[in-house]
Amino acid sequence: MEPIKQHRGLVYPLDRSNVDTDQIIPKQFLKRIERQGFGQFLFYNWRFNEDGTLREDFSLNDPKYDGASVLVGGENFGCGSSREHAPWAIQDYGFKVVIAPSFADIFYNNCFKNGILPIQLPKPVVDQLMEKATKEKYEVKVDLEKQIIDDGDLEVSFDIQSYHKEMLLNGWDEIAVTLTYEDKIDQYEKQNKGVKTLGIS
Amino acid sequence: MSHPKTIVEKIWDQHVVHEEEGKPNLLYIDLHLIHEVTSPQAFEGLRMAGRKVRRPDRTYATMDHNVPTIHRNIIKDEVSKKQMETLKTNCEEFGVRLADINHPDQGIVHVIGPELGLTQPGKTIVCGDSHTSTHGAFGALAFGIGTSEVEHVLATQSLWQAPPKTLQVNVDGVLGTGVTAKDLILAIIGKYGVRFGTGHVIEYTGEAVRNLSMEERMTVCNMSIEAGARAGLISPDATTIDYMRGKRYVPEGKDFDEAAEQWLALASDEGAEYDQTLTIHADEIEPQVTWGTNPSQCVPVGGRVPDPDSIEEDRDGIERAIEYMGLEANQSIESIPVEHVFIGSCTNSRLSDLRKAAEIVRGGRVHEGVRALVVPGSKSVKDAAEAEGLDTIFLTAGFEWRDAGCSMCLAMNDDIVPPGERCASTSNRNFEGRQGNGARTHLVSPEMAAAAALEGHFVDVRKYASTVGG
Ligand code: SF4
Repeated sequence: MEPIKQHRGLVYPLDRSNVDTDQIIPKQFLKRIERQGFGQFLFYNWRFNEDGTLREDFSLNDPKYDGASVLVGGENFGCGSSREHAPWAIQDYGFKVVIAPSFADIFYNNCFKNGILPIQLPKPVVDQLMEKATKEKYEVKVDLEKQIIDDGDLEVSFDIQSYHKEMLLNGWDEIAVTLTYEDKIDQYEKQNKGVKTLGIS
Repeated sequence: MSHPKTIVEKIWDQHVVHEEEGKPNLLYIDLHLIHEVTSPQAFEGLRMAGRKVRRPDRTYATMDHNVPTIHRNIIKDEVSKKQMETLKTNCEEFGVRLADINHPDQGIVHVIGPELGLTQPGKTIVCGDSHTSTHGAFGALAFGIGTSEVEHVLATQSLWQAPPKTLQVNVDGVLGTGVTAKDLILAIIGKYGVRFGTGHVIEYTGEAVRNLSMEERMTVCNMSIEAGARAGLISPDATTIDYMRGKRYVPEGKDFDEAAEQWLALASDEGAEYDQTLTIHADEIEPQVTWGTNPSQCVPVGGRVPDPDSIEEDRDGIERAIEYMGLEANQSIESIPVEHVFIGSCTNSRLSDLRKAAEIVRGGRVHEGVRALVVPGSKSVKDAAEAEGLDTIFLTAGFEWRDAGCSMCLAMNDDIVPPGERCASTSNRNFEGRQGNGARTHLVSPEMAAAAALEGHFVDVRKYASTVGG
């Protein structure tokens, strides 16, 4: 996984709450067995008409946001299905940072496994970012090391668990990290006297 | 004795493999359930890194999301077919048991786990599917994970997890006649919204919860994720133990008695503390119907679509939902016509759900212009239902009777609601496009869905008073 330390990018504001993963990537695209290539399907039903042409009423189609890499969303972002295709699509489309007043748990977790930095900020701050990005071309600098978002005018700090931070900064393969604890897992399995499931040792 | 503990704390403590300052806990996973949609990239990841499945014996796979529910072996969609074939090859290569499309144990992953007795109290259970919370009905800690975590569990049988906060939802009193477990959970989400559970594991307690059967408990726990919770569970009791007895993967005889004792000891202790507690009164709950595009947007069947002008919070969201649903502000729920009825999904496709729907349907006729579908949750539910003649009741009334799968819950196979059309559905999500692009979903109980099928619009199922059980 590609590490993230600092990122500077154009902000795309998506002013809706409860954006669920069915909207982020509709189910007809979940049948692929690859991990790449989901960006083209991001927000599919909002971005495209039935005939495949772009919908003018959806803000991401506004050329003003071409090349955006920081997504600012509403409350409860990423709720619903656990599909990791959602962060895959967001990442593949070009977003590296997602900012929202609150996230659904599974989506939040999934972000870290895919080199996306999810940042939770108080609603008034998110509203401010949203407003600026709606008005004009708006860029921010995100510094993960210092845990700061900076637009040259406004500077806000954000919280992140140290484990998650380390993971993104180092671009860790989490499985490789866990496998260094394999002896502990072995030990646990030997000692554990829980109820057996028949056919399962 | 140490301080009184919740069931969540007890299960957690038993499963911590490793803890260390500044890190989440490394938590052992007892059971890993797998399906075709969220697993291919995980197996591919293992293959690329040259890793094995650590405990194939604690892993169980089935096919549910994509499978056709009619003409079982004709899968027209090449991509779906490939996904199913990929699961088969992966299971063979990595030695994982698979109940594939024609296997007698096939079914929706959250229906077959409990049915086979793989799901047991006190276990940590994960699946690449958010409705894994269903298994919490047994007093298991069960939660949905993403594909990277599926790969992680395959490789290590563990996950890094921060201890969750606990949220007690206490339901006192008794549910009225014709009011179901589905109405209970919808009413809870309707009252507290789609994110009150975020970061928490919900434990449902109280008289009304104790009175629920295991299948009803699964309906409640199933929808915990719709409240944003990481998981939802119910402490084991005599109802749990009775259900477990005789299940295929559950020990027998003396071993069973020992297990039962351990299971009962998991129940939250008297005086255990929760991070939060909410209380709901069961006797105030009425049959629910969702009118909007998330499960909290629901009202009692006698109610009306809200008027955005009279609401302060999230007015735009409500307006957008009403527009998407093709409804009018203040429209009465009973005046809404339905074109499709779907009885199925991991929320409401078990034998007792089908029995209750059949009681309403018996002797009736599906309303003209309505297409109604019954999709049993598993092959074994289907067989059991047929053995008692439920299929005949549905078929005679004009319902379609299908093979097991997720079907119209998420419309990944051919069971799709066309754009702009309306469906009374016993599933768990009424998101935009969930049942098909542009489809309009109203979530209801199986009884309410059955009644809507007969009448062609929503009706208060309590008017069938002679058939709805108390
Ligand atoms: S029935 Fe619906 S909610 Fe349940 S597992 Fe299948 S798709 Fe998911």
